[in-house]
Amino acid sequence: MTHTKISMAQALNQALRDAMHADDTVVMFGEDVGALGGVFRITDGLTAEFGENRCFDTPLAEAGIVGMAVGMAMNGMRPVVEMQFDAFGYPAFEQVVSHVAKMRNRTRGRVQLPMVIRIPYGGGIGGVEHHSDSSESYFAHTPGLTVVTPATVADAYGLLRKAIEFPDPVVFMEPKKLYWAKEEVDLTEDQPGIGTAVVRREGADATLIAYGPALPVALEAAEVAAAEGRQLTVVDLRSVVPFDDETVCAAVRRTGRAVVVAEASGFASVSSEIVARVTEKCFHSLAAPVRRVTAFDIPFPPPKLEKYQLPSVDRILDAVDDLQWEDS
Amino acid sequence: MTTVEERLLPSAEPVCLIDQNGLPHEHPSYELPTKAALLDGYTELIRGRRFNDQASALVRQGRLAVYPSSHGQEACQVAATMVLKEGDWLFPTYRDSVSIVSRGVDPIETLTLLRGDWHSGYDPYAHKVAPQSTPLATQLPHAVGVAHAARLKGEDTVVMALVGDGGTSEGDFHEALNFAAVFHAPVVFFIQNNEYAISVPLAKQSAAPSLAHKGVGYGVPGERADGNDLAGLLAVLGQAVEKARAGEGPQLVEAHTYRVQAHTNADDATRYRQDDEVTPWLDRDPIQRLTTYLEQQDWLDDDVRRQAEAKAAEVATQLRDGLMPEPEVDPADLFKYLYAEETQQLREQAAFLRDELAREEA
Repeated sequence: MTHTKISMAQALNQALRDAMHADDTVVMFGEDVGALGGVFRITDGLTAEFGENRCFDTPLAEAGIVGMAVGMAMNGMRPVVEMQFDAFGYPAFEQVVSHVAKMRNRTRGRVQLPMVIRIPYGGGIGGVEHHSDSSESYFAHTPGLTVVTPATVADAYGLLRKAIEFPDPVVFMEPKKLYWAKEEVDLTEDQPGIGTAVVRREGADATLIAYGPALPVALEAAEVAAAEGRQLTVVDLRSVVPFDDETVCAAVRRTGRAVVVAEASGFASVSSEIVARVTEKCFHSLAAPVRRVTAFDIPFPPPKLEKYQLPSVDRILDAVDDLQWEDS
Repeated sequence: MTTVEERLLPSAEPVCLIDQNGLPHEHPSYELPTKAALLDGYTELIRGRRFNDQASALVRQGRLAVYPSSHGQEACQVAATMVLKEGDWLFPTYRDSVSIVSRGVDPIETLTLLRGDWHSGYDPYAHKVAPQSTPLATQLPHAVGVAHAARLKGEDTVVMALVGDGGTSEGDFHEALNFAAVFHAPVVFFIQNNEYAISVPLAKQSAAPSLAHKGVGYGVPGERADGNDLAGLLAVLGQAVEKARAGEGPQLVEAHTYRVQAHTNADDATRYRQDDEVTPWLDRDPIQRLTTYLEQQDWLDDDVRRQAEAKAAEVATQLRDGLMPEPEVDPADLFKYLYAEETQQLREQAAFLRDELAREEA
C-alpha cells in the first residue's frame, strides 16, 4: 500500500503504461502522442519505452485515426486513440457514430471493437475557441457507445485501465481542467467498474449529481452548504453510459431533493436525461422539482468570459436554496 | 532509377489486354493471365451476372428491399477476389455483393442487408470480408487498420478495399490513402469508376485527369485498367496485390467501367442520362468479350460452358429458394448485440417490448 501524490495526467499516463505492459496488443496513437508525449503529456515517455509500433504519431486527421483504430480492433489489437481536444474530435464523428458504435450490433456480436477513444474535454483552462467543448452528450445519445469520465485521480487510473480491458468501445472523456489536480492515491487499489456511480459525500438534505469537471465544484458547494447547516449527498456518475440508475435514484430517494450539476450546455443533454430519469423513477420521493446547474445554451465563450459559463459554487447553492424547502 | 512520375503515375490509357472485340493486346508491363485463370474467371463472371439478374428479379418480386446491381461490372467484382489469398481481407461496399459471393460467402447471408432482416448477415471472420459499408468510403480507414495490425503482427495479409467513383470525393478516401501511405500499409484501393454516383456523372465529381492520378498526392502508385476486361484487371490487380504483399506499400487501381443499370431499382436513370450514352457500353460487356476471346482460342469447350452454367443455375436456385420464404426475425435480437454485457436500461426496454408483444398476442 504505497500512497503517492500524483496528478490526474500522471495517473492516466501510468494507466496507459501499465496497460501496455500487461497486454502486447494495446497500442496508443493520435496526434503528437509520440515524441512530444501529447499536448497534455498524457502519453509522455510511451514511445521511448515501448517503441514506435506501440505508441505513434499519425497524420493529422481524426476520422482516419478512429477509422484505423476500428480496423486494428477488428484485427486483434486494442487501440487507444487520442483526440487532441474535444472539438477537434468532430471530424471523427461519423466513424464513431456509424461504425464504432454499430459494429457489434450490425454483425450480431461477431465483430467486437475493444478500443478506447480518449478525449480531453471541458473548459476552465483558458483555452481559445474550439478547445473547451463538453461533447459527452453527443456520444451518450448514440446507442452502442460506452461513455465514462473520471473526476478523481484514482478513477483516472482505474477507469482507464478498465476501459482498455473492456470488450466494447469506450469514449473516455478526460476533464482537462483536472489534469493537474493532485491527490494522494494508491493506484493498486481496485476502483468500482464501468457502469457504477459512487457517492462521494453523504448528506441527508439534498443530492448533487455531477460528473467529470463538475464534481469538484459540487463537492466544494457541499462543503459550503454544510458550514451553512445543510447536508448534501454528492454522487459522482463516473459512467454516463451505462447509467447507474440504482445509485443515483437511491441517493435521491434518501434525500428527496436533487440538483444535477454539469458543465455542458443544458438543452437536450446528459443533465436533462438525468432529470428525466430521476423524475420518472423517484417522483413520489421528491419534495421539489429536480433542478439543474449547467452551462448556458451558447457556444463555449472566449477565455475572458468562460467564468460566466461554468457551473459555480454559488449557482449550485442557489439551486439548492430553490428546492422548495418551505411551502409558500 | 525510376522517376517519381514513373513510380506514381498511372498508364496513359487504362490497361486493356483483351479488347471489346475479344482481341488480345500486348502490354509492356502486364501479361495475359493463364488459360486456367481466364477459364475460372469466365465461370465466375457467368455466375456473378446470374446473381445480379436474379437478385434484381427478386426485388421486383418483393423478396429484397433493394438491390444495387453490379450488372456490367462483374469483371471488377470477380477480379477483386480472384487475386486474393485466403488470409487476405476484402472491404466491400453495398454494390459489391457479387464480389462477396465470389469470395465464398453464402449468397443468402450476403443479401441479409438488402433483404432487411439484419444489417449484416455473414461472419466477417469466416471469409475475411468486412460488413458491406453504406456510408461511402468510411470502410477505407478500417481497411488500413486491418492491414496495419497485420503488419505489426508480422502477417503477410493484403487488404482489398473497394470504393466507387463518388466515394473518392469523401474525406475518408483521402485520409485512408494518406494513412496507408504513411504507415506503408498493404492495402490495394480499388476504385470501380462506373461513371455515376446515383445521378451525378464523373465530370461533376472530380476534375482529376483520372481517379488513379489521385494516388500521386499521397505517394501511392496509381494504375488504371479497362474495367470490363477481366484479363487486364487480373493482371493489374494481381500485380498491385503482389507489390503490397512484398512490402511496397499501398496501391491504387482505378477500373473504368459503367453502371449500365440504374443506381438501384428505386432509381430512375432516364431523369439524368440518355439511352445513347448507355448503348455503346453494352457492346463492351465483360462477359461477351472474354467469351469471344476464349472461343477464338478454342478453350471454351462444352465442359467449361456446362460447368459455368451449372454454377450460375445453382446460385440462382439458392437465391430463389433462400429468399422466397419470409425471413424469421426475432424482436429480442434488437437489444442483444449492442454490448458484450447488456445494460440495465436495455434489459428494461427488451422487457417492455416483450410485454407489449405478449399483450398483442393475448
